[in-house]
Amino acid sequence: MKHSVTEERGVVVVAFAGEVDLEHSPKAREVLLDQVGRRRRVLVDLSNVDYIDSSGIASLVEAFQKAKKAGTGFALAAPNPAALRVLELARLDRVFQIFATVEEGLDAGG
Amino acid sequence: MAGPEVVTPLELRFPARPDELRGMRDALRERLRAWRLDEECASDVVMAVDEACQNVIRHAYRGEPDGFIELEVRCTGDELQIAVRDFAPPVDPARIRPRSLDEVRPGGLGTHLIRSAMDHTELGKPPSGPGNLLRMVKKLARGGAAGT
Repeated sequence: MKHSVTEERGVVVVAFAGEVDLEHSPKAREVLLDQVGRRRRVLVDLSNVDYIDSSGIASLVEAFQKAKKAGTGFALAAPNPAALRVLELARLDRVFQIFATVEEGLDAGG
Repeated sequence: MAGPEVVTPLELRFPARPDELRGMRDALRERLRAWRLDEECASDVVMAVDEACQNVIRHAYRGEPDGFIELEVRCTGDELQIAVRDFAPPVDPARIRPRSLDEVRPGGLGTHLIRSAMDHTELGKPPSGPGNLLRMVKKLARGGAAGT
């Protein structure tokens, strides 16, 4: 798994690439909680994530809850069909704000 | 089209560690492709097996890095029969329950994902020796795999 953090139009875009699995989800969790802790709106770009497991999903949930508590925005963008299916099976597709593209996510809350 | 080589079961033995799971998933994906499972079905199977191995690493071996996992995946044409075996102290099947999804919280999703993706799951003792044996069955759509 690789990741990058950029800022676009006042939104922090955290992009992950590769496989967010049990080996790599502690790093994903650390990056997400750090960015959410800065009280900026965070958009998680999943477009290059080939695989995400329950531990990766748990990192997203934890960051989402921290953002909610802090009153800052947290959304997901561009999950591939496999990632979307895991979110649906976990019934989190109705919990997270999910945008089809990063651009849409930036438009919605820059 | 199905030659004898494609219906050979997949048998893997690997250390019960997070950094071993990617190799397992790659080997499993490759075999499911050879068996011509459709993409969505194959994704579900890979996810369920991965989550089952995670449960072994986290809950059976409790993060101890010295344990092993044995995985066997057999394709009968109508279904996939999957066995995930460990050598850890016995786990009480009653304690491995999917949690309610009404509450949004980080952990405990793995068992729910396994049961959502599989048609049957059963955790018990191996026929011989120590450890735990998780058996899972995934029914295949007709014509969706080698041998049908």
